[in-house]
Amino acid sequence: MTADTPASDLLYGETEDDLRAAVRALLAARSGPATVLADLESGRACDAGLWDALANGIGAAGLLVPEEFGGAGTSAREAAVVLEETGRSVARVPYLTSAVIAVTALLGCDTGREPVAALLTRLAAGTVGVLAVPWPTAPDQPFRTAPPVRADADGALHGTVTSVADAPSAEVLLVPADGPQGPALYAVDAPATGVITTPLTPLDLTRPLATLTLDGVAGTPLATGERAVAAVRAALTAGAGLLASEQLGLAEWCLTTAVRHTTTRTQFGRPVGSFQALKHRMAALWLDIASARAAARHAADALATGSPDAPVAVAVAQAYCAPVAVRAAEECLQLHGGTGMTWEHPVHLFLKRAKSDESALGAPGRHRAALAELVELPAP
Amino acid sequence: MTDTADLRARTARLLAAHPPATTAPLDFLRARFDAGLAWVHFPEGLGGLDAPRTLQAVVDAELAAAGAPDNDPGRLSIGLGMAAPTLLCHGTDAQQRRHLRPLWTGEEVWCQLFSEPGAGSDLAALATRAVRDGDRWVIDGQKVWTSSAHLARWAILVARTDPALPKHQGLTYFVCDMTAPGVEVRPLRQITGEAEFNEVFLTGVQLPDSHRIGEVGQGWEVARTTLMNERVAIGGASTPREGGMIGIAAADWRARPELRTHDLHQRLLTLWVDAEVTRLTGERLRQQLTKGAPGPEGSGMKLAFARLAQQISGWDLEFLAEDGLTYDDWTLRRPETVDFTGREAGYRYLRAKGNSIEGGTSEVLLNIVAERVLGLPPEPRTDKDVAWKDLPR
Repeated sequence: MTADTPASDLLYGETEDDLRAAVRALLAARSGPATVLADLESGRACDAGLWDALANGIGAAGLLVPEEFGGAGTSAREAAVVLEETGRSVARVPYLTSAVIAVTALLGCDTGREPVAALLTRLAAGTVGVLAVPWPTAPDQPFRTAPPVRADADGALHGTVTSVADAPSAEVLLVPADGPQGPALYAVDAPATGVITTPLTPLDLTRPLATLTLDGVAGTPLATGERAVAAVRAALTAGAGLLASEQLGLAEWCLTTAVRHTTTRTQFGRPVGSFQALKHRMAALWLDIASARAAARHAADALATGSPDAPVAVAVAQAYCAPVAVRAAEECLQLHGGTGMTWEHPVHLFLKRAKSDESALGAPGRHRAALAELVELPAP
Repeated sequence: MTDTADLRARTARLLAAHPPATTAPLDFLRARFDAGLAWVHFPEGLGGLDAPRTLQAVVDAELAAAGAPDNDPGRLSIGLGMAAPTLLCHGTDAQQRRHLRPLWTGEEVWCQLFSEPGAGSDLAALATRAVRDGDRWVIDGQKVWTSSAHLARWAILVARTDPALPKHQGLTYFVCDMTAPGVEVRPLRQITGEAEFNEVFLTGVQLPDSHRIGEVGQGWEVARTTLMNERVAIGGASTPREGGMIGIAAADWRARPELRTHDLHQRLLTLWVDAEVTRLTGERLRQQLTKGAPGPEGSGMKLAFARLAQQISGWDLEFLAEDGLTYDDWTLRRPETVDFTGREAGYRYLRAKGNSIEGGTSEVLLNIVAERVLGLPPEPRTDKDVAWKDLPR
């Protein structure tokens, strides 16, 4: 079993470095920790100006969209680099939900059909679309049991979907539903009669959540049957795999910030970072993050190349990177002492994002359970 | 410029001139060295062609396919991994020409006389003395954890030549003749029952000054070359998915359904993920090296390897239940090579305990990562500027 070890390119290419530099410069200027902090309780669903600059100015919204639909036609490797940077700045933009998950769901449908092509074109231009599933949904979960939304023969949708990430800023909803002929995927315009978006108070204020109630709104069918199931699974697989890159960027910020603080903070007449009890923790974290980078790059490369190993690579990346990001944020907070507990210091933004990311798109235990089947290590 | 095609041609010429089927293995190895195909990144005339290190794989694959003998590198790890790069970097032309060929062919085994009972992590505090006597040096002291000392013809040795200087400055590096009078090797039995290592007692051992590597007092700088290569050697091996320890654990899990529990299953999956990610991290490091841009990941690979080996071997022993209560053989053996995975679960568990100690303890490696990679401030070092002879011992 697993006789063939898949090869993948785990480094960053020159165009990826250039893309990173552009995104990082934008986020440094427009989404520094102080900006994010100040905007946190504004009630705005996302930083729309920043989203426009990222989505259209840099063109990041269309990285995964083929050129014929107005995208850049690049791959998950490039999207992963964007996510490293949005993670590093806990940016309040719907990049993962719209430009990765929703776009991948559409790419799994028949792109020769007008409604699919039109939606891809809109999303590439920065329209925010989200897949209407609860944010903790793992790639192998949808349609295992009937989805919470039912479609009647006319395409009218009924049901409630809880904790949908970035739903408050969504203009288009992609709704997995139990249709007249079984599994189906529908599109719905979000500001429409029959769509009730009820924002929740999220643990992670940088990724808004809402409950969606669909009360007879007319959906546009995008895919049915196995195609719909596969499209949703591919979307969540890409989302989970690339979430690892967001977690990597987030963890790197936490380590860098902890190192900077402990280098300058003096107690007992020494910089506290000179104590082995502290420096060993940061060194161990550095190793975990170096490993997380390899896992995240492997997943991004497997997704980019359509490797048959992608499900394993994604499960490994989520099972590994989610806890690393949480640990990095927790360590960063602890190493800041009392300062880490203040609202004023941004580390809590990273802690809340990391802890919420851990539950997103399948918790680590779910991904390990998926691995048990994929690599033939069956449960008792 | 040496490229893949050129190396293939050279390899083909070597095989044609010295057909492995009809050539004595040692003759073949000598011819391979003289053809520059031993380690292609070494200089011409010293077994190499000044070619990129990554091209060695081309030669190795061609020779393996032709059934050519190898130099049993596992038996020569100290010589190949530590003595050779140190000689290359700091040795004289005469020393390189004398030593590198028999070192590579395996005619002469090497060992390393560094650690002492009083100098482990703090290697620079070592006490073995080298006193100059005309054009000779007289060595007195005790070394420990010396693998292959009982097989070795030569040793790399660090000794103190000036006790009045601070500890890093008073050291000098030598090649020690293991057959010289006054060299006594005693086996050091480990918790596994075997004796991979030795204690080496040096009593009035005389070495000619021509056996000195580098300048008098430069021993620490030379030793650092050796130690950097040691860590690369221990942490840098390439493995396929489920290679090494995790492959054994996974195979045990698949073969013994009656022993499975939910708790062991959860822990195995976590270890499997850790092993796969560590494999990918090593692979990423190799890709960086291939591009000529080594990352700092290398500093951490040994840490990850040691932790994994200990956790997986511990898991395996627990999983095996009744079979984990027995041990294959406590006989005092003196293995020529070390295979961390070559024996039964009990041995693997016990041997892995050494992985976080040998070649730099995990604690010292964490200091290195913290200070050299992360740039964290150093611990205050009260012994740094004190004459070695005045240090508390």
